[in-house]
Amino acid sequence: MGNYIFNGVIYLIAIIFLIISFVKSRQKTKKALIKALNSFKNILPLLLGVILLIGLMLSILDTRLISRIIGKESGSLGVLLASVVGSITLIPGFIAFPTAALLLEGGAGYIQIAAFVQTLMMVGIVTLPMEIKYFNKKVAILRNVISFVLSIGVAYSIGFILGIWR
Amino acid sequence: MFYQLESLTQSDLFSEFGDERLEKLNQNNKKPFNLKNFLKQYLFFIITLVLLGILFIFKFDAGLKATDVIVYSFKEILLVLPPIFILIGLLDVWVPKETMIKHMGEESGVKGVILSFLLGIFAAGPLYAAFPIVAVFMKKHVKFSNIIIFIGAWSTTKIPMLLFEISALGFKFALLRLALNILVIIIIAYVMGILIKKDEVIAMYKKAEDF
Repeated sequence: MGNYIFNGVIYLIAIIFLIISFVKSRQKTKKALIKALNSFKNILPLLLGVILLIGLMLSILDTRLISRIIGKESGSLGVLLASVVGSITLIPGFIAFPTAALLLEGGAGYIQIAAFVQTLMMVGIVTLPMEIKYFNKKVAILRNVISFVLSIGVAYSIGFILGIWR
Repeated sequence: MFYQLESLTQSDLFSEFGDERLEKLNQNNKKPFNLKNFLKQYLFFIITLVLLGILFIFKFDAGLKATDVIVYSFKEILLVLPPIFILIGLLDVWVPKETMIKHMGEESGVKGVILSFLLGIFAAGPLYAAFPIVAVFMKKHVKFSNIIIFIGAWSTTKIPMLLFEISALGFKFALLRLALNILVIIIIAYVMGILIKKDEVIAMYKKAEDF
């Protein structure tokens, strides 16, 4: 729901700016649209591959398997596995959060859930080829490695604080 | 000989119109006819396509499930990407480099950090939609650590996602994660700023001119 509203807002902003641009200069607007198309063309080949890779990953790593990995009393190993699963999958938020909520109900700990959600968002192995294209190998790998390590830190902090704050 | 001739006419055009676009358009016009280039560009896609085929052969159900996700992702992309790319194009054409440097560049300080955060927080769309924006930021010489902050904020502190998280996992959980992540994002940007040398940043920004 929130997603749709936000998308609508972004569309509205883009359309308003496009109209302003068109009124101010047709020539520049045309140029802007060509640039938009070019940057889309540029990302398309990798995007197609990434989308297929996401599909392949999710067909193997489904909710059942994930809940088995980070289920009840999976401990520190569970946190690590949750982080690994979160890193290699790329699940849209509206599937990821209800799944996480289900896992929580199913008895998974806050630390594991936090590790899963955190790495899901910050660490992207499937999108790595894209990140390398726009940055470079060193930057992409470093950013993901640092994010992975800090995500585990965040997970334990959340677990610790929620344990007290109750 | 032919090559020389070609480069000559190209540079003539380039100097006559003084327009970088022209050169880029020429490059783009040449690309589709180059099969080797095409295959190289689409290699990753072809490999994943083959893998999907293999999955269908050995586990038909899983193949169907993968296709479901792929179709969903395509829909999401078709919904999310058009306005983002239009905004990228408009930003590229209308906002002068100097303006971006002033607000988010090397000397932009705390203001640049906050702006980078806000742009990421009010974003919509998956992380890979942020990368083309990174390219235009590089073209406009936005400070490297600010770009990393933008990527970090986009990846994990987006407001639409936050609303989802609150409803699914609770207010405390979501808010706590948000607070910790603001810290984490700044740490990542700071560490990356130290680890990535200046000449590497310059090389990346130069590469971005071709995007």
